[in-house]
Amino acid sequence: MSCLRRIGATLLALVACAAVGVISARAEKLIVSISNHRVTVTSSYSGEELVLFGSVERDAATPARHGGYDMVVTVTGPRGDMVTRRKDRRFGIWVNADSRQFLNVPAYLAVSSNRPIDTIAPADVRRRQQLGIDNVLLTQRVGIDYADVVATDPFRRAFVRLRSEHGLYRESASGVTFLTPTLFRAGIALPAEVPTGTYDVNIKLFADGAMVGDTQTAFEIVKVGFEQFIATAANQHGLVYGLATALMALITGWMASIVFRRD
Amino acid sequence: MQLYLPIADIPINVFLILAMGAAVGFVSGMFGIGGGFLLTPLLIFIGIAPAVAVASVSTHIAASSLSGAMSYWRKRSIDPMLALVLLSGSIVGTFLGVWLFTLLRSHGQLDLVIALSYVVLLTGVGGAMCYEGLRAIRRARRGGNPTLRRPGAHTWVHGLPLKMRFKRSKIYLSVIPVNIIGFMIGFLGAVMGIGGSFILIPVLIYVLRIPTSTVIGTSMALTLVSMMFATILHAVTNHQVDAVLALILMIGGVTGAQFGVQAGHRIRSEHLRLLLGLLILAVGVRFAVELGIKPDEIYTIRATGGSA
Repeated sequence: MSCLRRIGATLLALVACAAVGVISARAEKLIVSISNHRVTVTSSYSGEELVLFGSVERDAATPARHGGYDMVVTVTGPRGDMVTRRKDRRFGIWVNADSRQFLNVPAYLAVSSNRPIDTIAPADVRRRQQLGIDNVLLTQRVGIDYADVVATDPFRRAFVRLRSEHGLYRESASGVTFLTPTLFRAGIALPAEVPTGTYDVNIKLFADGAMVGDTQTAFEIVKVGFEQFIATAANQHGLVYGLATALMALITGWMASIVFRRD
Repeated sequence: MQLYLPIADIPINVFLILAMGAAVGFVSGMFGIGGGFLLTPLLIFIGIAPAVAVASVSTHIAASSLSGAMSYWRKRSIDPMLALVLLSGSIVGTFLGVWLFTLLRSHGQLDLVIALSYVVLLTGVGGAMCYEGLRAIRRARRGGNPTLRRPGAHTWVHGLPLKMRFKRSKIYLSVIPVNIIGFMIGFLGAVMGIGGSFILIPVLIYVLRIPTSTVIGTSMALTLVSMMFATILHAVTNHQVDAVLALILMIGGVTGAQFGVQAGHRIRSEHLRLLLGLLILAVGVRFAVELGIKPDEIYTIRATGGSA
């Protein structure tokens, strides 16, 4: 029900925006490009750093922005379900006791901005636009309910912290640099553990605490060559793959017994 | 040299894995065991998911036991009949083990069961071997003859029905206990990623009174077949066998094993048994301590697939 209401509100807001846009083309336009739209995972892959370039296009009708521009770039990786488990002491040993399922959450999440997000926009805007990891929707299943809990929820905090330790969730208040007042660049650091899939890049431009423009782009991370061959074989032809691996074991063992034969 | 593993999905240092394979291979060659109980925890320690570690180590054990089994076969110290009867139990056990492995993985209790089984089995077997090794050493010090029980001595096990003759082992024995032992070894191997020969060898010698001359070779033959089977089953059900990881482990393992065998010949057998007992006990105690003290990180995350 609340979901429906939210969709309704968003639609209304969209219609309102469109109406405003038609009346006076005042919002800024963003032109962006990523250094590499297809990151390939080969056997020597150990992470990669992408660079996002862009500029803010203004026209005659655009009002002057005296406070300058602020920008928040959010990169979200492929989504999936994940379980966070908490160990507890039971009968003297530590076992997984409690768990929460996170539904359809991004495997990778990076938020970059040109200065701390809480100085860019007020709390309500941050919440609405999902700015910063604390404001990104991470739906949990608690029993039979589906909900996003507060940012201080222990499971949510543990989830974000563990992802951050692996460099998979990251927040940087200096990740976006304005080279000139309208020209910017942002770094996207991909650790070696990033999963393959499609990554969405969401770029939002702010002036004086209000969003004045946004755009989206995307890139993909794919396994190629040998890595792709092995992964596909293991997942789609399990039996053939298993037989081949067992055969490989036999050949290696047999060769060893020939090479090291002493009798 | 960094290499990206296609199934484990992380980059690893090839030389680190080679060294680990060689070190465990050395130990396994020295004591005549598969070494899975050392390798699986090591792989988990360097960040490889437990499921991938268990599945890939079974491939590695298959390779290392083949080279051993071939040299024992040439020396005619494998009893094919005994291996076959053990195997029939082992296959059923492996099936059940892989099924339980999949079930536990989905319930988030796989790590606990692996750790608990390590604690119980390793401290038990390791403790018994230490005790036995110490007694043997003390006996040797006193200069007395080792009072080993006669291989032909009978226990209640030898009174069971369905007897058959195992020619090469020169023993007349019921198939029931042999089958049950095979089942247990196959089950443990699939769940824990171990060959189980460090359990199988003492059981065959002390419980079934099978002559030592055929025990080691036969146990290697059994390990070979059941680990091949486990590899294929893990590949079909869990898709967690990393062939690249397994290959690197194998190359290190079979090389290390050759030096281990040479080192093993230079150490007296009762010292060897005591050393192996201490090693097994140490791994078991380490797992026990880990379960008992509060972990640094009480939260863990695991992807459960779903909507991608």
